[in-house]
Amino acid sequence: MSDQKKNDEIHGVVAYFDDVDSVMSAARKVRDAGYKKWDTYTPFPVHGIDEAMGTKPTILPWIVLGMGLTGMACGLLLQWYTNAYDYVFLISGKPNWSLPANIPVTFEVVILFSAYTAFFAMLGLNKLPHLSNPLHKLPKFRRVTADRFAICVEAKDPNFDADRVRAILGANTSEMEDCPVDTSRAALPLWFHAVMALVTCATFIPLSLAVKGRFATSEKPRYHVWPDMDFQRKRKTQTGWEGFEDGRSMRLPVEGTIPRGELRDDFELYFGVAQGSSVPPRATYEAGSMGGEKFEWLQSFPTAVVVDEALLERGRERYGIYCGVCHGAQGNGLGAVALRAKAIDAEQWGWVSPKALQSDSAKAYTNGELFHIASHGISSMKGYGSQITPKDRWAIVAFVRAIQASQALPKAPADLPAGVDFEPVPTIKDVRLSEASVDAPASGTEPAGEAR
Amino acid sequence: MTITDPSAFGSQPSGEDDPSVRLPLVEGASEDFSTVTDAVAGIAEIPVERTNRAWIICFAISVSLLGMLGMLILHLITTGVGVWGNNNPAYWGWPIVNFVFWVGIGHAGTLISAILFLTRQNWRTGVNRAAEAMTIFAVVCAGMFPGIHIGRVWVAYWLFPLPNQMAMWPNFRSPLLWDVFAVSTYASVSLLFWYMGMVPDLATFRDRAVNNTRRIAYGIFSLGWTGSSRHWHVYERAYLLLAALATPLVLSVHSVVSFDFAVSQLPGWHTTIFPPYFVAGAIFSGFAMVLTLMIPARQFFGLKHIITMRHIDVMCRILMATGLMVGYAYSIEFFIAWYGGVQYESFAFVNRAFGNYWWAYWIMVSCNVLIPQVFWSKKLRANLWVVMVVSITTNIGMWFERFVIAVTSLTRDFVPSSWGYFSPTWVDITMFIGSFGLFFTLFLLFLRFLPVVAIAEVKTVMPQAHAHGEDHGESHSAGGSAAAPASRHDA
Repeated sequence: MSDQKKNDEIHGVVAYFDDVDSVMSAARKVRDAGYKKWDTYTPFPVHGIDEAMGTKPTILPWIVLGMGLTGMACGLLLQWYTNAYDYVFLISGKPNWSLPANIPVTFEVVILFSAYTAFFAMLGLNKLPHLSNPLHKLPKFRRVTADRFAICVEAKDPNFDADRVRAILGANTSEMEDCPVDTSRAALPLWFHAVMALVTCATFIPLSLAVKGRFATSEKPRYHVWPDMDFQRKRKTQTGWEGFEDGRSMRLPVEGTIPRGELRDDFELYFGVAQGSSVPPRATYEAGSMGGEKFEWLQSFPTAVVVDEALLERGRERYGIYCGVCHGAQGNGLGAVALRAKAIDAEQWGWVSPKALQSDSAKAYTNGELFHIASHGISSMKGYGSQITPKDRWAIVAFVRAIQASQALPKAPADLPAGVDFEPVPTIKDVRLSEASVDAPASGTEPAGEAR
Repeated sequence: MTITDPSAFGSQPSGEDDPSVRLPLVEGASEDFSTVTDAVAGIAEIPVERTNRAWIICFAISVSLLGMLGMLILHLITTGVGVWGNNNPAYWGWPIVNFVFWVGIGHAGTLISAILFLTRQNWRTGVNRAAEAMTIFAVVCAGMFPGIHIGRVWVAYWLFPLPNQMAMWPNFRSPLLWDVFAVSTYASVSLLFWYMGMVPDLATFRDRAVNNTRRIAYGIFSLGWTGSSRHWHVYERAYLLLAALATPLVLSVHSVVSFDFAVSQLPGWHTTIFPPYFVAGAIFSGFAMVLTLMIPARQFFGLKHIITMRHIDVMCRILMATGLMVGYAYSIEFFIAWYGGVQYESFAFVNRAFGNYWWAYWIMVSCNVLIPQVFWSKKLRANLWVVMVVSITTNIGMWFERFVIAVTSLTRDFVPSSWGYFSPTWVDITMFIGSFGLFFTLFLLFLRFLPVVAIAEVKTVMPQAHAHGEDHGESHSAGGSAAAPASRHDA
């Protein structure tokens, strides 16, 4: 009973040795006595001590191997995901995913994972950091990291018996002592707790700001951490500046001058009306009348435009770029946008379907009106005057006239050459929308974009 | 078992050539574990008021240069990279030259630590710690240059594959990105390797500490190391693994740096010899820097018996061998330029030797190939002044090698209309000088406060470290006396 009590008071028995030979022979004796909770302490790794102590090989290499392979997988996955899947880089027409180019980074990631694992798994297996070790309290033990050797048999060992341990170690030792259990608990000062609490709270500030920025809305402009070139010492267009008398930052053209390319003296070419007649406003076309005013719309083409095959070809090309996406390649009003709008039932938000250009109402427009519509738009269609030059708009008008004459005929023309199949071009009512393109919004969805 | 004759090396370099006799790695008949500990730990334990005067002067100069570097970086960031001489066509001027120069120097440390460890070259124990420290500080200097060269340093994180609001990723097929991975892996793995090697020695410092500040500081960083043999077992295995990992790493890093050049199309850069040529050059310059640093350090801090003349002799031989490899690369480049028959390549190399930058080329050849040949002579290898001069000229030569590669090729590419001449500005020059301030500040702090020599490793190569060795049986005076070893071991 007294022995048991004594075992609770001491951490273990420590014996000191002066050279490698004596610590090795003592270690063999302790090993042979069958102790488990004991260790040898040396200032450097002693060759052969593992055998003397009966230490089993560590599993560290296997952990490192596993993490090295994990690193390889991560390196490859990272490169594949970033460069071949999520954000595809096309480099000189080479394949998106070509292993040789990915070897250097994969290699470095393998080394990175393995090396960190070797270090941190070493700490983990050795249960380091371990700053409050009772052995550190022994003044004599401090020489073990310099020039002395020690063996400590711990009281935790089930076979521990202080006298027997002393007898085993006594033969070779130069000095022996009991290591008491460390009962002192160094209390940290109060201010330290306060400072740490404050610091801990402060670490949440950046995170909470990020969360707030993610979920809250703000009327204020974005905060510029690094303004880069966003703000420069210059005036931007359409802003005011007190430096000029009129308060504008921009200058007006000198009176009586016309900027290069802005002369609009050919009414036929630029406005689609007869020379010298009143010029229609730059407004969206309203069917029938433009604010009650009648214009002398051009019936044919301006004298500046020669209608020939080249013009029609130009018109076909421009039409394909600007118009076909809504009106369809054949002018039947079945462009990709129109189909999508139908699929989501965009009419509920004020969408007006693109007109089938072969319809009688479209055929009824004069060339001048078509030109004006192409320039300034009609109902939900925006004008293209800023994107397409006047001659190209006339080319488009010519092409529209050509497809009106050739497409979506209700029946086969009498002069159809033999052997040519005739098939009426479908209208939007005939199109059976595929399942994939139907992505109708839920019935309760509010009309989000109605004003736009 | 071993002949212990301290005079065999150093003062009388002749007559120790019996290959059957292994000379001791730590010189001096009376050396034992406690004297080695005292010699190394004593350096860090000198009280502040008795700091070596040479150290104080060097440190004052280094810190001033470091301050200058800080001001220059501030000037660069607030003004823009236009303060450098980099301009069309040489957009890669001194910053890349300095980067490759410092990264190259950073190779010797890991080479000594890892490759010589795996090949069981026990002599490395005397110099590996300092060489590893040199590696890390050199990589810090190297990493700085591309870091500030990117212009907008506040977006330096774009170098790494981090998710961002632009939904973009870096290009993993660019050697410049490989470089980011290689250099950052190298820096962090070297740091781990260095720190892990130091943990037992920091524990020695902790246990010898005379005041609480030292005990707490070294205590935290030594992680509670006790010298437990079970810990040593795992530790040694981890060290071996790190060495095995660092060996291919050190070879890969400068290979990847050379890819920055070799993967491009520029004549003079687009050559397959670059990876081995760069690695040999890196080891060459690294060993030169180790010599430059260790010769004064062993002199001032009384480590002559640990960093012995044998170490210096071996490093001189390595220096000469790698110098010859570099010389071979220079000549084979010329041969391939002629043999390949591409007129641009031929021109690029003739232009290097005889064009606008002929002076840089011939400085490079004489410093790197011709001057190290003096080490054929044993007498000159034993003369520290000669070794010091050659190690410094080697580093000058290796800086010029990178200058020649980067600048002559950029300023003379395919089309004569895009030729030019690169001139550095005062910012280029002072910033390079300032990078030495950064390097030496860190290195001098290391010399003063950390274990300069791997104490535990040196002990393992001493005869007493082996079982059944001679029983010297002398009783040591209890540790903790900070003896002045400098005077004790002076010849």
